[in-house]
Amino acid sequence: MVEESIQREAIEAAVHAVAERIEAEKTYLTELDSAIGDADHGANLHRGMQAVVEAIEDAEETDPAALVKLVGRTLVSEVGGAAGPLYGGSIMSASTEFAEGIDTASTVAFAEAYLAKVEDRGGATVGDKTMVDALTPAVHTYKKSIEQDELPPLAALAKAVDAAERGVAFTTPIRASKGRASYLGWRSVGHQDPGATSTLYCLEAILDVATEYLDGEIDRDATSPTVPDESAEADGSPEGEE
Amino acid sequence: MIALVVVSHSEQAANGVAEVATEMGGDARIVPVGGDPDGGIGTSAPEIEDAILDAVEGPDGETADGVVVLVDLGSAVMNAELAIEMLEEDLEVVIADAPILEGTLNAAVSASSPKATLDEVLQRAEEARDYRKLD
Repeated sequence: MVEESIQREAIEAAVHAVAERIEAEKTYLTELDSAIGDADHGANLHRGMQAVVEAIEDAEETDPAALVKLVGRTLVSEVGGAAGPLYGGSIMSASTEFAEGIDTASTVAFAEAYLAKVEDRGGATVGDKTMVDALTPAVHTYKKSIEQDELPPLAALAKAVDAAERGVAFTTPIRASKGRASYLGWRSVGHQDPGATSTLYCLEAILDVATEYLDGEIDRDATSPTVPDESAEADGSPEGEE
Repeated sequence: MIALVVVSHSEQAANGVAEVATEMGGDARIVPVGGDPDGGIGTSAPEIEDAILDAVEGPDGETADGVVVLVDLGSAVMNAELAIEMLEEDLEVVIADAPILEGTLNAAVSASSPKATLDEVLQRAEEARDYRKLD
C-alpha cells in the first residue's frame, strides 16, 4: 500500500478532477434533467463538488477513510434532491471500506458497498433508468477484472468506465420506473438518464487521475479479451461468488 | 411523549401540513421542515436531522421518547432515512409509510395523548394509507 500522504494527494486530485468535469458538463447534465426530471442535476452536483473541493483543501483529516467520508458528508449537506443522499450518503457509507487504507482490494470493496447502498437507498435495480444502470456494469466489470482476470487496477478501471458508458447508452431507449422521470411514463423513453451520465463522468475523471498515478496499458473495451496469454491457468469453471 | 417531524419538498407545504394537523391534534409536538439547501424545492438530510433533534428536545424542556417522521415523495424518503442514520445519539425515530397530510393528522391526534407509544402513533399514521375520498 502506498503512503498515506500519497493516498491523500490522490483523493484530492480525484476530487478536483471530478469537480472540473462536472463543471464542464453542468449545462449538459441540466439539459438532460430538464427533459425527464427537475432540471437541477448539473447545477446541484456542481455546487456540491465546489463545496467538496473547499472541504478537502481545508480538511485536517489525513486518513483516507475520513477524507472520503468528508466528501460524502459535504455532498449530503450541499446537494438537494435525490443526488445528495444517493451520491453523498452512499460515499459516506462505503468510506469505511478504506479504514485500512486504499489498495486494490479496498477499492473493490468500496465499489461494491457504494453500489449496494445506492440500490438500497433508491430502491432501484438495473433497467429502471437510473444511475444504477451505469454503476452496476461498472462495479461488476471492475470486480471481475481484478478478482478473476487479475488485471492491474488501472486496466480494470478502464474496462469499468467502458462498461458504465454502455450502461448510460442503455438508459436512453428504456422507460423510467424509478425517480422523478418515472412520473413521465412512456415519455421518458428516448432520453438519456442524467444520474447515469454524471456517474460516468465521475468514473472518467477518476480514471484520468488513476492514469496519472499508475502506469499501465489502458484498454477501455469492457468486452475485449482479458490478457489471453497470461490466463493459461484459467480452466473456465466458475469459482467463488458470481 | 411522541413527537412528529413533517418533511416536504416545500417548506411552505410542510408548515401547512403541520398547521392543518395542529388544528386537530393541538397538543402534539410537530416540527415541519422542507426545501433544499439552497432554499429551493427539495429536501436536505442535515436539516431533517436538525428537525428530528428539535422534535426530541422540544421548546419546553420535555424530551420526547420517540419521533415519527412523515414524508412526501422520492428524495424526502431518502433524505429522512439518511438523516436518521446520521443521528449520533441513539433515538427512537421511524418513518411512516403514509400520505403526508392524512398521516400527519392521524399521528397528531394519536400523539396528543402523552401516553401514546411510538408503535401506536406510527400505526395510526399508516392507517391513513387506506383512506378513500369518494365512495
